[in-house]
This record gives sequence, structure tokens and C-alpha cells, in this order.
Amino acid sequence: MSAAVSAIDLGLQSCEVCALPSRPAPGAERGRCPRCAAVLDFRKPASLQRTWAFLIAAAICYLPANLLPVLTTTTAGGTESDTILQGVVLLWSPTGWPLSLIVLVASIMIPSAKILALAYLLISVQRGATCNEPQRVQLYRTVRFIGRWSMVDVFVDTFTAALVQLQPLMAVEPAPGLLFFAAVVVLTMLAVESFDPRLIWDAGRTPEVAHA
Amino acid sequence: MPEQPTPSVPQSQVISRRRTPLSAVWVIPIIAALVGAWVAVTRILDEGPKITVIFANAEGLEAGKTTVHYNGVDVGTVTGIHLTADHLRVVLTIQMAPKTDDFLVEDTTFWVVRPRISGANVSGLGTLISGAYIGMDIGQSKQARREFAGLDTPPVVTPDAPGRFFRLTTPELGSLDTGTPIYFRRLQVGQVVSYALDDDGKALTIKVFVKQPYDKYVTRDTRFWQASGIDVSLTASGLSVQTQSLLSILIGGIAFETPASDPPGDAATADTEFTLYGSRTDAFQAPARHPQKFVLVFSDSVRGLTVGAPVEFRGIPIGQVSAISAQIDAKTFEFSAPVTVELDAQRLGVQLQDLPPDADLESLRRDVINRLVAHGIRAQLQTGNLLTGALFVTFDFHPEAPPATVDWSTQPPRLPTAPGQFQALEARLANIVKKIDEMPLQAIGNDLRKSIADLDRLLVGAEATLDKADTLVDNADALIQNANRMVEPNSLLGTELATTLQELTRAARSLRVLTDYLERHPEALIRGKTGEAK
Repeated sequence: MSAAVSAIDLGLQSCEVCALPSRPAPGAERGRCPRCAAVLDFRKPASLQRTWAFLIAAAICYLPANLLPVLTTTTAGGTESDTILQGVVLLWSPTGWPLSLIVLVASIMIPSAKILALAYLLISVQRGATCNEPQRVQLYRTVRFIGRWSMVDVFVDTFTAALVQLQPLMAVEPAPGLLFFAAVVVLTMLAVESFDPRLIWDAGRTPEVAHA
Repeated sequence: MPEQPTPSVPQSQVISRRRTPLSAVWVIPIIAALVGAWVAVTRILDEGPKITVIFANAEGLEAGKTTVHYNGVDVGTVTGIHLTADHLRVVLTIQMAPKTDDFLVEDTTFWVVRPRISGANVSGLGTLISGAYIGMDIGQSKQARREFAGLDTPPVVTPDAPGRFFRLTTPELGSLDTGTPIYFRRLQVGQVVSYALDDDGKALTIKVFVKQPYDKYVTRDTRFWQASGIDVSLTASGLSVQTQSLLSILIGGIAFETPASDPPGDAATADTEFTLYGSRTDAFQAPARHPQKFVLVFSDSVRGLTVGAPVEFRGIPIGQVSAISAQIDAKTFEFSAPVTVELDAQRLGVQLQDLPPDADLESLRRDVINRLVAHGIRAQLQTGNLLTGALFVTFDFHPEAPPATVDWSTQPPRLPTAPGQFQALEARLANIVKKIDEMPLQAIGNDLRKSIADLDRLLVGAEATLDKADTLVDNADALIQNANRMVEPNSLLGTELATTLQELTRAARSLRVLTDYLERHPEALIRGKTGEAK
């Protein structure tokens, strides 16, 4: 049981953009915000479905992102393609281990943690769990915050590729794994955006409020 | 809803749009799944065969980095390096590129390319930077194979190169190595592919490769020799220096040539075995196809005669000494040295014309040799080099030699010999000594002594004579002194002589006046001098 009263409890729709609460449109039609003209819903439509879809897509892309090489380095000695994990191993040395750790955390652990966290949120919402609501909302916020930084890997990779073009001595080119890695980042961000955190506390509310 | 909204809350505007029960967003995971599946499938389908290659060591090889090259194309990557169960060799696991299954057949070979600098070959310099890689050569077989034994040294010649392989046997390798060039008329036509010690350890077999079209010049008569160094020979026409090329001086080489005199023989088949001679001279001196053994029993010392010493017929090499032994006759205690020689009768150029097709060559040969011996042909030891005392065997006609025959009963047959030059010299000297011995030296001495005694007596007589001669000389001296005294300017004789001479002069003048007068006045002889005479 949530202590606070939600807008939905009052039969009002809150605008996603300008937060203006408004009465829902008559009948089954969707309304538009009178102030900013954003489409209004009690809850994000098909939030769970959409989040699941993006999350599953991200999880699928996560595999090739880690199995395929992300960077191809061509030197006079030959061509070398490295996956993210190989990069971690390559950087792992008595002096370079902090860097290796950063790559490991940022590129392998965080994306997987994001996927797992979202999956946990979705499952908990679907099962109507009512415990740890503030923690779950906090988790959602953290995942959402991290999302925008996840592209750093991709940027670093592409910058390196653009800068290190010392033909014929050395060349760095992005490999297919990078595309999947970027897809993972984008898809998890989309999944986060399509998740409606209000659903976390909806579960504790009156059972007659159905998911939109 | 139980509670009424406050009136101040505005009414939302209506949009007309139907909701689909299933979100279109599901397209995204489907697309992701399809793309992922496609990537996975292409990866699996593109996955080439996995093979294992066993090498002696994995020096310079790295799992995940070392690649397999075929004709410079990257066709695989080493994915794992492990030791064999007995820890003696290494097993490389290699992930081959897609569609390389037909490369991996029974006789496909693998080797490690490292920088190699050996004589003529500087190879794999690129690996100095890139690290070693694995070279491969695709076999001809159709039998697929996945486990290979790597070669320790890269093959010099790829098996499908046009040409032929030959084998050369040599007692020692010299400066040869794999990749050593083969020369034909100073043109590089091939190279040494490999070499191996024979099982008995007594010789080496060198495998050489001669490229097309030069391989057809290798006939069964072809001689191969080591053209490693400089062949200096002093001939009647001067000093000649023979080399194949500057490179062969530095790194060695093998040259071959087919004796010109022979009719052009059939091209040798692949893997024909040849002897590798030390030099061109050796190669062309060596017995040809059918060396025949003969034994020559010399009574001279064979010091200086070595196995391999040439056998010549009037300066033409016809064979060589193959064995020297010694024997002592138990009865007579006579020492003799049987020398076995290998003769190549063909070099003598025996003309066997009009040969009936069914002729017994063996008996013909015997007949020829018998007749030669009957004509006085004898083997003889001669000094080839006065400094070293090296001997060689020479055959020549010795018409004065005592008659001899060939002993065909022994094996090998025995040819008659003649004493050597030194032996002949010795005999002559002995002859002289003998003659000296025979001289009546005692009698001569006695006579000589008698003569000397006579001479002594004679000399005593001569001494007396000389004394008399001395007195004679003294007398003569006195005589001359007297004579001198007489002709001195103030001597009596001198003065008188001068006066006499003046008188004589005067008389002569008077006589001239008289004769002059008589000439003008001959009548005066009768009438006497007249008064009007002027």
C-alpha cells in the first residue's frame, strides 16, 4: 500500500513532458496535454511489452558484442582483431590493471548489469511485488543515469579508428562487434525510456487499476 | 472512479487512434535476433577446418597471432600451442580459413618461416618485423587430412615446380647447404633441396633439383662436381683459373656437365643417383661406366703410390689405383706389391669396327689385351711429382722388355709390369758398379807403382843433368860478359873497330870516285889518267 496518492488514483493523467495533470479524454480515446500537446496516458502505453522487447533485443546483441572483435589493428606485423574481453586481458598487467579494470567494468559489467537490472524491475512489476519500492525506483534512476555514459566505449573506439590511420604502418578499424555493442547501449537506453517507473508502486495500489 | 476531479483541472483533447494489442516494438528484438542469428550462422558456416601440426619447437609462434600463409595469403591462424604428451614436440592447433578443406590433403606440408640467412638464401626477412609465420604448400593428394607433421626446414623447391630431382652421393658435405645453387655452363639451373647422412654413416646423399628445361641436360653420363672453390690448373697453355661464379666461391655450388665425347645419352630419370666429385678434373677422370679391374705386381717400392693415383696410357688417364697390398713369397722371400687398378678400356678408344653382332666381347677384349701385351705394353711406376715422390702407374710400349703374357687365371687378371724409371736407373748404376768391380785395380796399382819408381829414378838423372846445365849457364854468362866488355865504347877493340871502319869508309869513297871516273872515261883504264881531267 502506497502512502502517497497517485494522479491515477484521482482519475487524472499526468503529462510526461510538462507534468501537468489533466482529466482523461472522454471514452476510450487518448488525450493530448492542453499545455504542451504531448500525448497523455495514465501510464506509458505497453510499457512492459516495449521494455521487454528492447531488453530482449539488447540481450541478443550483447552476445555478438562480446564475441565479435570490436577493433581491428593492422600493423606492419600483421592484422589483429580484438574482442572487448581480449582487450581486458591485453591491458591486464602489473601496472596497467586499473585501466583493464575500467574497461572490464564499463564495457562488460555495466551493460550486463543494466540488462539484469531492467529484467529484475520488469519481473518484479509483472509479479506485482510491493517490497523495496524506493530501492527499485533508485535502481531505475541509476540505470537511466548510466545509460547516457555507456556510449563512451563506442566513441573511444571510433575516435581511435579515425585518428590512428598511419598507413601503411598502422591502422585501426572498427570491427562488427562494435556495431553490436552500440546496439546494446542504444537498446538498453530505449528499454529504460519505455519503462514506466510508476508501475513500480502501481502494484501496491488498488487492484482495479489495470495496466494501460 | 470514486472521486470527482476538481473542476479547475482541464479536459484533455481527444485524438482518434486505435491501439493494437501487441506493440510494434517487438519488431526490434525480432530484427536483433535475426541479425544475431545471421551473424552466428555465417560465423559457423565460415568456420574453416581445424587442424593440428606437430613441430619440433614453437619458437616465435604465438597462439592467436601466428598466421598460416599460402603464397602470401593468410589462410589460417594458430589458435593453440601445446606440448605433446611426451613433452618433446609441440602441437599447434590451427584454425584454417573458410573453404580451405581441399588444401588439407595427405601430402600438404607445413613449415615455420623464420628469418633465414644461409648462403645464397636470405629468406623470411619480413618475419623479423612480423614474427614467424607458418608456410604451407598444398599437396597433390585427394586424401583429406587434419593432422600433420611440420617440416623443420622450409622446402627450397615446391613439389609442383617443373623440373626433376636427382640424388648425389658424396663422402662429405663441404660447404653445401640447402639452397646451394646448381650450375650448368655457369647458369644457375637448380639448387640443393636437402641432404641426409646415409644409414651406414659413410656418405651423404644430397637431393638436388634441376629446373625445367635444364633437367634434360642431365643424362646418365653426366658428372656432378663441387664447384665450391677456385680450380687453378697449370697447363701447357698457361695458368687457368676455373670458377663457376663469385657466389659459388663464397657459398659453394654444384656444377654438372656431360662429357662431350659421349654420344648424347638419354635424359636421366628422376631420382637417378650420381656421384658428386670434388672437382671438375676428378669428375672427368673418374672411371666411366664399366671399370675393369686388373692387378699389377710390382717388385719396386710402392712408396708414394696412393689409392686413387691415376693410371695413364702415354699421358692419357685411363683409370686409377683402387688398392695396394703387399706380399712376400714364402720360398724366395721376394717382396712384391700387387696393385689393383681400375681401367676404363673405353678411354683407350679401342676401335672395334666391323663387329659381328654375335661377337663375344669378352674374348675380343682379351684378345686385344693379349696382343697389346705381346707388342710390349707394360705397366710401370713413374714419379709424378719429384717433390712429394708421388707415384702413378703408366702403361707404355717396352719393345725391349722380356716377353710376358697376361695371367687370366687370377681374379682380377694380372698384367705384366716393367721396372720403373728409378728401378731401371738403379739397374744401370749397378751395372756400372759391377764393371768397376771387374777392373784389375790391383794390377793397375802395381804397374802404377813401378812406373812411379821409374819416374823417380828418371828424376834423379834429371837432377844431375840440371846441375850440368847450371854450369853451362854460368859459362855462358861469363862469355856474354866478356863480349860485353869487348864492345864497350872505350875498349881497344872498339877504337880499332872505329878506325877500321873509317878506313873502310874512305876506301869505299875512293872506290866510288874511281868507278865514277871510269864510267866517264873508260879509256883511262888503258891510257891512264889524263891531265885535262876535271
